[in-house]
Amino acid sequence: MKPFEIAQTPALEIDHVSHRYGARVALNDVSLTVRQSSFTVLLGLNGAGKSTLFSLITRLYAIRSGRIRIFGHDVGSEPGAALSKLGVVFQSRALDIDISVRQNLMYHAALHGIASSRARDLIAQVLDRVAMADRSQDRVGNLSIGQMRRIEIARALLHQPRLLLLDEPTVGLDIKARADILDHVRRLSTVEGIGVLWATHLIDEASSGDDVVVLHKGKVLSHGAVSDVVGGSGGADLRDAFNRLTGIADQNDLEAAR
Amino acid sequence: MTAISEAIDRHHFSLAQYFICLKGIVWREALRFIHQRERFVSALVRPLVWLFIFAAGFRQVLGVSIIPPYETYVLYEVYITPGLIAMIQLFNGMQSSLTMVYDRETGGMRTLLVSPFPRWWLLASKLLAGTLVSVLQAYAFLLIAWLWEIEAPPLGYLALLPALLLSGFMLGALGMLISSLIKQLENFAGVMNFVIFPMFFASSALYPLRRVKESSPLLYYICQANPFTHATELIRFALYAQVAWVSLAVVVGCTIVFLFGAILAYDPARGFLARRNNPGG
Repeated sequence: MKPFEIAQTPALEIDHVSHRYGARVALNDVSLTVRQSSFTVLLGLNGAGKSTLFSLITRLYAIRSGRIRIFGHDVGSEPGAALSKLGVVFQSRALDIDISVRQNLMYHAALHGIASSRARDLIAQVLDRVAMADRSQDRVGNLSIGQMRRIEIARALLHQPRLLLLDEPTVGLDIKARADILDHVRRLSTVEGIGVLWATHLIDEASSGDDVVVLHKGKVLSHGAVSDVVGGSGGADLRDAFNRLTGIADQNDLEAAR
Repeated sequence: MTAISEAIDRHHFSLAQYFICLKGIVWREALRFIHQRERFVSALVRPLVWLFIFAAGFRQVLGVSIIPPYETYVLYEVYITPGLIAMIQLFNGMQSSLTMVYDRETGGMRTLLVSPFPRWWLLASKLLAGTLVSVLQAYAFLLIAWLWEIEAPPLGYLALLPALLLSGFMLGALGMLISSLIKQLENFAGVMNFVIFPMFFASSALYPLRRVKESSPLLYYICQANPFTHATELIRFALYAQVAWVSLAVVVGCTIVFLFGAILAYDPARGFLARRNNPGG
């Protein structure tokens, strides 16, 4: 792939993806892109379909309609190429609490085929990036929830992905830990050029320079720069825009049901 | 830019990297095993109860006549030891496979599945890791049995290793296949009642099949068709440094079929998990 093509390829491209569980539609014709180096907030209430979308991107479920590409690699047909560029922080805890921070990270390195000598260097780097370098020998169970989150982010960055997905990463954190994590991940996108998809139900986690996707009951209601989404909805700010968009969608659903 | 494009295009793994991945998965299972000693102890208690209580009680009732691989009359506890080793592996295989299927949506399994290695390699590595744990359990059991004067020839303990790896792999793959396919087997109690007990009792683990034939030819054929019988016989002969060729062939064949089936059933596009209910969010 030539450099100028790379610059144009979206970090993540979701193209007309639908998914259902039995009769219940979880995602309905969802399309969105995460640009390289962008911080994209996937905004939706609980049950909007965020976790389903994450399960499809990470290949936990098969994509039955539509396509998902990571840096141009189709998740369905080239999963190895797609997943090697992807780092994920899951909503549920993915660290083994009985073993040390370092042992957890070594395991993750092995899952990406990274030999232990190189893994040691990479672990030192990522722990430094999340300001946890002094805790590498600690048992994960002895860390606070905020510290565990930082380790999970370090883990997701270990194999040097170009796209980072985070599913409700601030759940259970206090205000300060939340702000720290948010700041840190924002820096990853601005300074290191990593494309970030940040799924949350907390509207105030989006800020003016971000891209935002409003997902509601499995549908994308709006997608674009925060200012465009706010402007397009006629709202005063993002919260207002979100309420208007979801309110209109619910109203339409009600009318359709009549 | 070169560094980035290299990073972006790097996705073909070398053979060495496949082994790094396998080693990492096995190593993590070993660490977990070290940290969960209670699990290890409880896995040992079950066969020891059978050996010390059940077998001791039956000792006077049942003597086992001379049948291969035994060269003399053997005590009942000597006879059931291989069956109890197979039982350790059966429980271990079912337990770890169930965890793999039902914990699929929790963090640990997701971490594994989001690895860019092919899924069959990840699952096979995980099965191997679980098998190695069962091998350790089996040897720990044999050590206690040895203190109880149930002794096999020294070479038998060595010959047992490949047999244990094979039977452990077969039972683990069977567990994964069953729990991926049959939605009703949602919990361990269901698996105990409908898989573990029937397989264990309809086998040569507790009684020689010749005796079974005398009382019920039908049951005898059922026992013969049970892969667990062949795992038990493979282990029994190996423990006396002999090879049960038919059992070996059956176990190898079943391992291939179960493993292939398990990987297909676990596949997101085909397995029942694709049809299961929503994870929320």
